[in-house]
Amino acid sequence: MADAVGRSVPRKDGIGKATGEARYADDLTFPGLLYGRTIRTTIPCGRISSIALDFDQAGFTVVSHRDIPGRNVVPLIVDDQPSLVEDEVRHGAEPVLLLAHADREKLLAAEVTIGYVAGTPVFDPELSRVCFKDVVIEKGDVAGGFAAADTIVEGTYRTGHQEHLYIEPNGVVAVPEDGGIAVFGSIQCPFYVHQALVTLLGPAVAKIRVIPTETGGGFGGKEEFPSMLAGHAALLALKSGRPVKMIYDRAEDMLATTKRHPAIVRHRTGVTREGRLVAMEVDILLDGGAYSTLSPVVLSRGAIHAAGPYRCPNVRITGRAVGTNTPPNGAFRGFGVPQTAFAVEVHLERIAEVLGLDSVRLRERNALRPGDTTVTGQRMGSDCSARQVLRAALKKSGYRRKRTAYAGTDRGIGVALYYHGSGFTGGGEVRLASRAAVELTANGVRILASSVEFGQGTRTMHAQIVADALAIPYQDVEVAEPDTSVVPDSGPTVASRTCMVVGRILERAAIELRERLGDLSPAEYFRRHGPVTVVKQYEAPDWIRWDEAGFRGDAYATYGWGCDVAEVELDRDTGEIRPLRLTAVVDLGKAIHPALARGQVEGGTAQGVGYALLEQVVMREGLMANAQLTNYLIPTTLDTPPIDVVLVENPYPGGPSGAKGLGELPMNGPAPALVNAIRHLGLDLRTIPALPEAVLEAICASR
Amino acid sequence: MRFTLNGKPADVTAHPMARLLDVLREECGLPGTKEGCGEGECGACTVLVDGEAVCSCLIPVAQVEGALVTTIEGLGTAHPLQRAFMDEVGAQCGICTPGMIMAAVTLGPKATLQEVRTKLAGNLCRCTGYEAIYRAILRQ
Repeated sequence: MADAVGRSVPRKDGIGKATGEARYADDLTFPGLLYGRTIRTTIPCGRISSIALDFDQAGFTVVSHRDIPGRNVVPLIVDDQPSLVEDEVRHGAEPVLLLAHADREKLLAAEVTIGYVAGTPVFDPELSRVCFKDVVIEKGDVAGGFAAADTIVEGTYRTGHQEHLYIEPNGVVAVPEDGGIAVFGSIQCPFYVHQALVTLLGPAVAKIRVIPTETGGGFGGKEEFPSMLAGHAALLALKSGRPVKMIYDRAEDMLATTKRHPAIVRHRTGVTREGRLVAMEVDILLDGGAYSTLSPVVLSRGAIHAAGPYRCPNVRITGRAVGTNTPPNGAFRGFGVPQTAFAVEVHLERIAEVLGLDSVRLRERNALRPGDTTVTGQRMGSDCSARQVLRAALKKSGYRRKRTAYAGTDRGIGVALYYHGSGFTGGGEVRLASRAAVELTANGVRILASSVEFGQGTRTMHAQIVADALAIPYQDVEVAEPDTSVVPDSGPTVASRTCMVVGRILERAAIELRERLGDLSPAEYFRRHGPVTVVKQYEAPDWIRWDEAGFRGDAYATYGWGCDVAEVELDRDTGEIRPLRLTAVVDLGKAIHPALARGQVEGGTAQGVGYALLEQVVMREGLMANAQLTNYLIPTTLDTPPIDVVLVENPYPGGPSGAKGLGELPMNGPAPALVNAIRHLGLDLRTIPALPEAVLEAICASR
Repeated sequence: MRFTLNGKPADVTAHPMARLLDVLREECGLPGTKEGCGEGECGACTVLVDGEAVCSCLIPVAQVEGALVTTIEGLGTAHPLQRAFMDEVGAQCGICTPGMIMAAVTLGPKATLQEVRTKLAGNLCRCTGYEAIYRAILRQ
């Protein structure tokens, strides 16, 4: 009996999300609950000179940096970001004071005046003098490659901020409990939050546990930010001795939390007359905002993918993530790749135009094949599917026929080929050393892992993998809630690693448990011998080699592959681009749960449509000026075109049943495919979002 | 303030200008209705007032005096749309789902895809790309 994997089995979520019974952070209530509020800076750069509380403090709990018992940092890669500002102000929405009160109206009415000595802010990343990270990746002889080229094509491509816009804003509830604290909340990475609380609260708070509630969307926006928010609620709860709920409203969430890094990507490419890529230079500039957060690794991933899924013998990729005086940017589905994939795929289209070649032929000719090496020197295995997904997408969409039929009309069709490394970059998975466990119960088994369900199907997919590895019915597998006091640290729920990496650890645990059971069922073994728990730790494939300093070797254990075809219609009067249809073909190794997998592709594609055509963060004095859904637009039902999905299964031997990472992959393709469809209309756009204003300018320029 | 809530009489003491959303979630103890934006753009807080889908974040409770108010809890736990949303993965993270279902129940039988898209145009979902939501509704 091993029939759960590959079927769209009933989800472990049950019916609760559809009946209103599922409980999210704001749904939790506790006796004596206080509400928390954050008082923020109002200038982008400078020093705080005074703070005045202009309200009657009766019934209020007030927390400043002086109340922090441990270290005043939000720990991440570099501990540069304070939990609460002490003196130096680096952006205009920094937390300075925390207030709590039982009455929300009194809480919101409280006024605080902060005095400043203003500094000179920097908002343009090209003028920044703060470098969080720079990378150089080199392969072959770039100068020699350019010398051998028939033509050199250059271009600069720009992408804007993007707001995650999970429908549930960031929110947590901190609850004092027997000498310690429990934090419940909307959280992707419970052990990140746990580590942040240990750092912030210090040894005086002995017991800390973090319990993700149902989480109403994440997309990376609840990867590192909840570490900040949970710390704030915990400080208020410890000082007041009462539970404290902090739920951001939409405006605060959009103003103060992380976004996708804006990028400027410059390409210079040497190519032969026949369309062979012989030299590529790519330079990436990421705007990191005020603190480094995850910028160093966003840059690494973006850079590793910056030459696209192509084989080119001579490549130099350089990149910098720099500081500006805006709220810090951070993790967002795709993690640097949507920016660099946009650039390289639009650039490829332009190279084809210069050469007078069909851009599909150009891609076919240069696409990575098994045995080829990437920019880091990684040799592609047999599960490299670039050409396969390209051909499938052309066929499914009717690309060639439509490319001809749409010529000279107000319709256009474009293509983009992309890939995405599964799991943490380089040695990241080895350093994480994730653990996950399977334990016997009276009725079957229970999964213990810190991976969070935030819509992608974590519980269901893990249970399918374990059920099949144990050869027991799917319904006999239950999934423990990822309470840090109960489950081992399986690493964060990010980086398209939950299925491929954590799923594989669970599969190994289940296989070992199966051996222990012999001929007995889990329930029978439990009845005779009592509880058994098998914990397994991540093991890197034995062939993986990675040189972190030189960016050489196997950057990822494997890659997911994708090809999108976008069809658009232009309104020449308004400049509006209406997407008509997206075709997304992805190689995910193995669809553990086909309906959930399809949902990942459809959802990621829609998010990519918004990134390409609608979503513009307007920055004014370093702050989001349109921090509301009225004028930051994400795709509605009427903006989202039909999405055709084809799942290709070219298995990766190291993944559970051959599965690769999937979650981020579909974010990489829509923007370049849509902008290439706009190019088919004769309009030269190199910046997203492609708003009607930009399209009208391009129409004028094309005349 | 009196109104009929999920078929039963309700009598609430909240300020007349309190948002219906807060009254439902806090005073009436029905947290199935969600707040996504608080400005009537996302539709997560959709409930029915006299059979019409409205954003409860924009409605002062005074406005529903004497009205019939139905929340997701009023559909019970066995409405065919609820099962269809889970089976078809029309719910991923689930935060928009109660509002999405409350908007969808106002669709007539045998609604076309275009009717579904138009009816749900005020309900945002960031997870699904809407395709699975259409599959759930259209299988009815």
